[in-house]
Amino acid sequence: MIPELGQFALILALLLALAQGVLPIIGAWRNNGALMALARPAAAGQAVFVFAAMGILIHAFLAYDFSVAYVADNSNLALPWYYRITAVWGAHEGSMLLWVFILNVWTVALAAFSRHLPQPFVARVLGVMGLIGVGFLAFILFTSNPFLRELPMPADGGDLNPVLQDPGMTFHPPVLYMGYVGFSVAFAFSIAALLGGELEQAWVRWARPWTNVSWAFLTMGIVAGSWWAYAELGWGGWWFWDPVENASFMPWLVGVALIHAQAVTEKRGSLPAWTVLLSLFAFSLSLLGTFLVRSGVLTSVHAFASDPRRGLYILGFLVVVIGGSLLLYAIRAPKVATGKPFAALSRETGIMVANLLFTTAAAMVLLGTLFPLIGDALNLGRVSVGPPYFGFLFVLLMAPAVLLLPFGPYLRWGRAEGRQLTSMALRAGIAAVICTGAAVFFVDGRLRAIAGVAGAVWVAAGTLAYVVKRWREMPFGRRFPAEMAGMLVAHFGVAIFLIGVLLSESLSTERDVRMTPGQVEAVGSYQFRFDGVRETTGPNWRADEGVVTILRGGDVMATMHPQKRTYSRGQVQTESAIDPGLFRDIYVALGEPMDGGNVEGAWALRLYHKPFVRWIWLGGLFMMLGGFLAAGERRFRAKKAAANAAAPAKEQLA
Amino acid sequence: MNPTRKRRLAVVISVIVAAAIAVGLTVFALQRNMSYLFTPSQVQEGQATQYPTFRLGGMVKSGSIQRAKDSLKVSFIVVDDAGAMPVEYTGILPDLFRDNQSVIATGRMADGRFIASEVLAKHDENYMPKELKDAMAKAHQKRNIDDTAMKDTPK
Repeated sequence: MIPELGQFALILALLLALAQGVLPIIGAWRNNGALMALARPAAAGQAVFVFAAMGILIHAFLAYDFSVAYVADNSNLALPWYYRITAVWGAHEGSMLLWVFILNVWTVALAAFSRHLPQPFVARVLGVMGLIGVGFLAFILFTSNPFLRELPMPADGGDLNPVLQDPGMTFHPPVLYMGYVGFSVAFAFSIAALLGGELEQAWVRWARPWTNVSWAFLTMGIVAGSWWAYAELGWGGWWFWDPVENASFMPWLVGVALIHAQAVTEKRGSLPAWTVLLSLFAFSLSLLGTFLVRSGVLTSVHAFASDPRRGLYILGFLVVVIGGSLLLYAIRAPKVATGKPFAALSRETGIMVANLLFTTAAAMVLLGTLFPLIGDALNLGRVSVGPPYFGFLFVLLMAPAVLLLPFGPYLRWGRAEGRQLTSMALRAGIAAVICTGAAVFFVDGRLRAIAGVAGAVWVAAGTLAYVVKRWREMPFGRRFPAEMAGMLVAHFGVAIFLIGVLLSESLSTERDVRMTPGQVEAVGSYQFRFDGVRETTGPNWRADEGVVTILRGGDVMATMHPQKRTYSRGQVQTESAIDPGLFRDIYVALGEPMDGGNVEGAWALRLYHKPFVRWIWLGGLFMMLGGFLAAGERRFRAKKAAANAAAPAKEQLA
Repeated sequence: MNPTRKRRLAVVISVIVAAAIAVGLTVFALQRNMSYLFTPSQVQEGQATQYPTFRLGGMVKSGSIQRAKDSLKVSFIVVDDAGAMPVEYTGILPDLFRDNQSVIATGRMADGRFIASEVLAKHDENYMPKELKDAMAKAHQKRNIDDTAMKDTPK
């Protein structure tokens, strides 16, 4: 009975989403206050029913209701309760429900924190959010219903994919979706502005904190995903240019461009049309990403067996959203007063160049990711594009971005002075040269490591020089407003990230070896002693657990226990053991027994020594922190009492 | 030409040059890193000869996995319905690698053997990578057509 209530809740949510999507927009068009006022209650109602449906699905997992096919497929009696909760988004149907759930979290937040915005604008924004909700709820109800019954009810269920049974997985999908779905807010603001035809700078100011927060969530989600791949997939890599990773990375790249473009449009009124276009792209790529991952169009770890109806629906939905929004853009954008002009040497130009680099990078990733589909359509055969394609082009595009990054804060709006730039470049350049010179001795002349140190010091020194300059020149309390602090922290994160990527890539030692118990192998400056394999058990698995002792100069540094788990349904999963450190990770994974099935004998082992690998995620966390900080800017919260769209524009002129 | 026009022209030209460079580099990178998927029978028909490296997809023949005594070298045979190809690999195989599983190996041909640099196994029990399924289906289809063509008396 309870699962039917879940389905019923989803149907009601769909109806309310329809009301939320259609009526307020008509109201805003006809200037009908009563219809516009429907937006908030309808949004609240939709949220209540979606939250209820989510709660019911979680309940079904916790109560072992195997009569629900989705529950039976993705959990069993032995699965611990926390993984039964995360199993909710362990496969296609549930992750779509999670998507709608998070959409409603954002909608409720929007409804609550938009009291100071003009009513027609709020009505349109919430209306667009409602329409997105309609699209997804209909998709769930018609093609991917998580509440479908399976009769007769099986006595026990299948299993949650063992790769997903990891603490990182409790965290990664919801946070990533917070980011993906968060871009729907920027999208809704842009569509509302296009519909209203009043492309004022005001809406950009309202949209900025939302965009920053969702970008920060997306950053956190990608960092969590990368960490999870590193720890759980057992290969010790942190990024594979896998279609799924690319799916989350494309909106991120466009998001970087978008938050910078929004700053230009809000503060200077330049590039308004470009900002709108970017927010359309960011959300379209989020949608594409969601579907690429979940539809199984591309072969990948996360993809699930696909159903042609789903594919067709998704294609139609993408065409409506992307095509519709671009059409609206084409009709309305020419009405936008062309942005204010700016000098060739100005912050606007700097941001524009960075924007071009990031959007080109996103386009490049998109081409590489979709190329197998293109190749298939053009009958080129079964093609896939290897990681070197992405690596080569991405580095090529990001190198100039890194080179230009420290100049950013020094560039004045409108027209910049060359003198300050050269003095900054001189200081940061000298710092980079000195540090690189020192580093050459430590990295045995490995080019990538040297480039990493040079780039990182260049960015860090340039950013710090600006911090010092602000500190000296500005009075107390006005030195680092939230927006600027966020920018500086995020840019500093780039430096940390560069160190992490280039040093870990070039200095890592990775050895796959065959070891008999008692054997010692040297990796980097460490000795790894294999002390054999013992048996151990967990709540729903049993494992062969290796014992590996790490020695350095005769001292025992750590004892590590990599596992080869066999889950209750027979799936095998490698569980790596990691000894973490700020300056190096030691990573051990158990391969397979080498003498037939004899676990007492020799095993294949992966022994990795990875210097600075943690800095990759640390840098990502700094970027995330920067995004959250910048969203806290006081200017964004300023209440406009009688919010008419003209006021901010006037203020801008003053 | 007045200064405004001159500047516009400069912008337009630099955009065109940048776009040309971007397209050129992308095509270059794509060509270098495109990798085709073939099944053993397609390789034996000689379809893969023009590619220095490619991906080989099929099922691991039951009982064909053999390990070296003193290293991580392993050899096995990948089959589809009509062909078989011995594969050599040095390293740790994925968790799901075993007899009768579908695998995709990346590598090159040497002396009639496929030397793999990477081996991927499918990720769940009932699921075959879509591209592999299609490629195998295609190979069989072709074989069927050839078989019928060779028959002297059509039924």
